[in-house]
Amino acid sequence: MTDARTAAAEDIEIDLTGLPKGELLEWLETMLLIRRFEERAERLGSRGAIPGGIHSAAGQEAVAVGTMRALHPSDPVAGTHRSHHTALAKGLEAPHVMAELYGRATGSVGGRGGTMHLADLDRGYLGGNGIVGAGVGIAMGAALACQLKGEGVAVGFVGDGGLNVGRTWEAANLAVIWDLPLIIVCENNMYAVETRFDLVLGGGSAVRRAEGFGLNAVSVDGQDVAAVYRAVHAAAERARTGGGASFVEARTYRYEGHNTGQIITYRTDDEVADWRLRDPINRFSAALVAAGVIAEGDVEGMDSQATALIDDAVEFAESSPFPDLDTAPANVTSMPTESWESR
Amino acid sequence: MSETMTYAAAFQRAMADEMERDETIFVLGTDLYVRGGHFAQVKGLGERFGRARVRDTPISEAAMVAAGVGSAMHGMRPVVDLNFADFAMGAMDEIVNQAAKMRYMFGARVPLVIRGSSGVGLFAAQHTNSVESWFAATPGLVVATPATPADAGGLLVQALRGDDPVIFLMHKRLSSVRGEVDVPIQPIPFGQARIAREGSDVTLISYSFTVRQALDAAEAVAEDGISVEVVDLRTVAPLDRDTINESVRKTGRVVLLSDAPTVGSVLSEVAAGIQEAVLDYLDAPIVRLGGRHAPIPHSPPLFEALVPSLDGVSDALRDIVGVTV
Repeated sequence: MTDARTAAAEDIEIDLTGLPKGELLEWLETMLLIRRFEERAERLGSRGAIPGGIHSAAGQEAVAVGTMRALHPSDPVAGTHRSHHTALAKGLEAPHVMAELYGRATGSVGGRGGTMHLADLDRGYLGGNGIVGAGVGIAMGAALACQLKGEGVAVGFVGDGGLNVGRTWEAANLAVIWDLPLIIVCENNMYAVETRFDLVLGGGSAVRRAEGFGLNAVSVDGQDVAAVYRAVHAAAERARTGGGASFVEARTYRYEGHNTGQIITYRTDDEVADWRLRDPINRFSAALVAAGVIAEGDVEGMDSQATALIDDAVEFAESSPFPDLDTAPANVTSMPTESWESR
Repeated sequence: MSETMTYAAAFQRAMADEMERDETIFVLGTDLYVRGGHFAQVKGLGERFGRARVRDTPISEAAMVAAGVGSAMHGMRPVVDLNFADFAMGAMDEIVNQAAKMRYMFGARVPLVIRGSSGVGLFAAQHTNSVESWFAATPGLVVATPATPADAGGLLVQALRGDDPVIFLMHKRLSSVRGEVDVPIQPIPFGQARIAREGSDVTLISYSFTVRQALDAAEAVAEDGISVEVVDLRTVAPLDRDTINESVRKTGRVVLLSDAPTVGSVLSEVAAGIQEAVLDYLDAPIVRLGGRHAPIPHSPPLFEALVPSLDGVSDALRDIVGVTV
């Protein structure tokens, strides 16, 4: 059966005005890398190669790339439980991220983190977080450090689920009263596990809620990397010049379930198909082709390259050793763990 | 050179000296800048260091501790002052899931001090929790429980020069207690107990407020010819098991003392460690003298009925060495 559905042109087209033209191929490369990473990781999780499965961010690539490319590389960022895309966009390397999912010694954090706890402090990536809303608090603290040091803007990611937990708004309030250089990026992918956001969001609007806390707040099409970039870039410029904290709602969608193997009964196939019509990678590559940034035939080559990189990442992960078991209790504090225990 | 100062003033002195030394140290909490905190623990620091480094916050514990965790991970040395340790419950995730785990998971340095006044005293059930055993049971946290002004200062200096999240519990009944403090205040390593009184017949182990009671009881039973060694743990996480075991080997008898509820307590962990390490040296069962399994009521005689009394401690010391009076 042919799918006859179409999307309106205004829901598809991407306006490239004001974007750094020389960097856009890298944006597309990274989005493709994330997509192929997530597709592979989901399969590997399903067959048990990745212990515990994953939280796939396939479909949310534009939010990660649009946000990170609007920041300086050293700006601190804290993610959510669904954060492969933000980690990869922040510069963590696919082999180390894959090895982390596998629980191997070569993983981003040596196999101690897994899908929810990728981190690289040297790159300013303060980690994914297994606790809903907690990344906003950590980013707020990092923003305080930025303010005290006079350098940097912090970004805290939160999902629509995190809009209903108190810690998110406690952090937002502190950021507002202290004019902290913080940007809260809300990835509204419509579902907190299985709970649809509009059924549980009192008042019905993330932006209005954020405005109520005094944040500069906007809502953008999260499947449009240019729109995300412009919103975050404006917020970052404001933050760098003492204009305080912002909130960017990026309306997006996760193609997979909440976690690997989830049986999806809470949304329709039609809904998924509608979102796929507005796929962030297809839209962006089409815009780049239309603008003559890349030839149509070259997109496929770029995609093949992404797939090859993921092949390499899996090979790297599977050939990497598990961590030395003697290290399991190590580095809990700066003191030997043995000094804590009875012996 | 030493000076006489209160427990709260020693904390304040150590804070000021360290803030002078290290510009990355700052303190945040409610009612700090003008009032100096509810226990005068940072009195005078506001005017001296300004609002950027003595930061007043709203009553928003999750955000206060999150600000500490995030700023510590990004190069600062924050002190989060909760005033009452009881208010940590509003920030349990930030303490237990964030601060305590960032080093293990990410290799992150989290030089964060979370200060609170704790323990049994006035203000009834919701302001008198003994939270030390909760945090001592959480891998990744240091729990400092100073009993003297000198230790309040020295342990804080250690915390502010170290790399670990430290739950800094100051007993509310000690705030205005005076003592000699060597200045400049030197750091006291974590996990290093203090022999508060030497003795040979029985080891009396305590921490925080009840160290005073321990010393008073030791003095009282000295008249009965009982020589009590008083060990002040100073930090309940980590524990100085070496000093404990050494004292037990010497005396062969152990009484453990705290005003925290005994069930699931620090005392229980100390007792378990002693029997694992030096059971053969024990001449009598270990005695735990702690609080009853009840919240703390408002009425002073009523709450005193729930925690060890001086006479009760003295009697336990006499009993364990078999002296009848």
